Amino acid sequence: MRFLRRIIPGYWAGEGDSEKDLFRYRRLWKYSVSLTALVSLAPLVIMTVVNYYLDQKMHRVEMTHPISQHTSNTKRSLEFFIEERLSALNFIIHDKPYENLVDQKRLYAVLRNMRDSFGGFVDLGIIDAEGYQRSYVGPYELKGKDYRDQDWFHEVSLRGLYVSNVFMGYRNFPHFVIAVKKEKAGAGFYVLRATIDAETPIQKIISPMDLRPSSDVFVINREGVLQTSSRFHGKILEKSSVAVPPYSSRPEVLEGHTREGQSYLLGYAYIEQTPFILMIVTQQQALMQNWLSVRRDLIWFLVGSVVLILLVIFWGSIYMVSRVREADLKRDALLHNVEYTNKMASIGRLATGVAHEINNPLAIINEKAGLVKDLALLTEDFPQKEKIIKNIDSLLTNVERCSTITHRLLGFAKRMDVTLETINLEFLIREVLGFLEKEASYRNISVNFHIPEGFPSIQSDRGQLQQVFLNIINNAFAAMKEGGRIDISMREEREEDAVAVTIKDTGHGISKEDLPHIFEPFFTTKKEGGVGLGLSITYGIVEKLGGRISVESTVGHGTGFTVILPAEKTRF
Amino acid sequence: MAPLRVLLIDDEEELVSTLVERLMLRGIEVDGVTSGADAFGRVQEKRFDVVVLDMKMPGMGGLEVMRRIRREQPGVKFVLMTGRGSLEEGEEGKQEGASAYLLKPINIEDLIEKMMEAVRV
Repeated sequence: MRFLRRIIPGYWAGEGDSEKDLFRYRRLWKYSVSLTALVSLAPLVIMTVVNYYLDQKMHRVEMTHPISQHTSNTKRSLEFFIEERLSALNFIIHDKPYENLVDQKRLYAVLRNMRDSFGGFVDLGIIDAEGYQRSYVGPYELKGKDYRDQDWFHEVSLRGLYVSNVFMGYRNFPHFVIAVKKEKAGAGFYVLRATIDAETPIQKIISPMDLRPSSDVFVINREGVLQTSSRFHGKILEKSSVAVPPYSSRPEVLEGHTREGQSYLLGYAYIEQTPFILMIVTQQQALMQNWLSVRRDLIWFLVGSVVLILLVIFWGSIYMVSRVREADLKRDALLHNVEYTNKMASIGRLATGVAHEINNPLAIINEKAGLVKDLALLTEDFPQKEKIIKNIDSLLTNVERCSTITHRLLGFAKRMDVTLETINLEFLIREVLGFLEKEASYRNISVNFHIPEGFPSIQSDRGQLQQVFLNIINNAFAAMKEGGRIDISMREEREEDAVAVTIKDTGHGISKEDLPHIFEPFFTTKKEGGVGLGLSITYGIVEKLGGRISVESTVGHGTGFTVILPAEKTRF
Repeated sequence: MAPLRVLLIDDEEELVSTLVERLMLRGIEVDGVTSGADAFGRVQEKRFDVVVLDMKMPGMGGLEVMRRIRREQPGVKFVLMTGRGSLEEGEEGKQEGASAYLLKPINIEDLIEKMMEAVRV
């Protein structure tokens, strides 16, 4: 609770000021916080957001670039592989006369040479324009087979060139077929057809050593059927789980989702003159790992900065508004003080005026009564003499009472000469206590001094100060029952080059209603005696000495008077 | 001992006459006047031991009257009374050479005592 009180400013907790003032300070605080927060946080947030998107974009480029590169390279290798084999067939069909090629023995020699030079060739065959296989070397018994009605034969006869989809062929290995056509001189044509082992060489081309564990490279045909095996997206000749991408003559990179909902980056390329599409699929999550950590750092930075800035703004505003409020309170106190001083000065002038006007008639009453008494005393006994003298004495006593009051009133407002000397306040107060020593011990009242080490002496008027402290301590005694306690503490007020003496009693205290009036002349709470001038005279003296006096009191607990005196009195 | 010769100056006639009578009853020779001007006339005619003087009077102020009387009778003593004024005027008067000052209303026994003291010094 105490901690809370320390961090929550007074204007928030609602101490002291009026509702309107509290509202004003809170509004000031809110304005200050929101404005400062706006001007400091807006650029930060904007910069961070811009940075975020730039980073993200850059990261995407960084991410797609190697995939695009890889796709492009692999496409070229794959095209080269097929191109090479087509060229070999072209070379043979143009180099060897038809007669040589239909000769089984010679064709076998060609197949052997080609296996040695290129690898991947499984068989070779010559098909004439009617679709009839004229010669064949390879593991099957295909000589004499009729291809007339097959699609591939039509295509090669039209385009002069053909590359097939992959199929399961000899010994259950994946293969594909390539074929080239040559026009015969005169009329007709013939076709050189070769089966090529699809798995080993193509797999070699498309699976580089440094493939990421999350990546998958494979080939599909235009119907989406896998032409090679893939890691994650199906077995060979199955339908791929990745959809067939749109046609493009160049390698492309695009984002997509598998049927299972995983997002991936797909690099793909259509392989020229074949039904093949090269696919490089990389799971995005793995690629994004870097970006995620950058993003996490960025977000932490933003959150951290915002929290820090807000804290600074909060505390700064609390501090600032507190200072404003302190200044306001100080100003109010000062105004109040000035008002009070003016009021006391007016009362002082009034009091002196009244005292002046009353003193002269009082003097006449005094002399007349005195004369009557003189005459009565000089006269021989007459009836009622004693009674008359008694009454005149009473008259004189009351004149004296009046004059005591007027004299003290004059004292309250008097301009006095101040004799400066160096005064040790402790000695001075102990001297004053000396007058009351007997009463103190009789009533069992203890007096305690609390004086800091090295407390300075001051320049002031001894006699006046004696009266000040005598008045205050007298009042303290009067307020206490037997066994009371008086605490006299002193402290330096370095800021205003002054000292403060606080005299606290454990008496009955002063009620809230009475407290503002106790320095006014004729205000008294004492039941018997007491004209109500003691504290007003004290007030007057302290003011004249350039100091000030204040009071705090709680009914039932006691009263504390604080006298603040300049260390060196300079103004009179 | 010869009776004390006193000049009493105060602008309140009632006060002067009553006080004169009371002092006379106590065997003191008193002349009472109610203004500075009357006082100057009186000091030319007669010597006094003590002048009892009100500080605040219409016309000439107490201190001025005191200075002019002293010029006439250098050895004379002064006892001041202040009623309308205040304490520091009395102090001022003392600095000007007055023997004592009393606050009005005065106690006659005090006044006599102060006068005696003034003369004795």
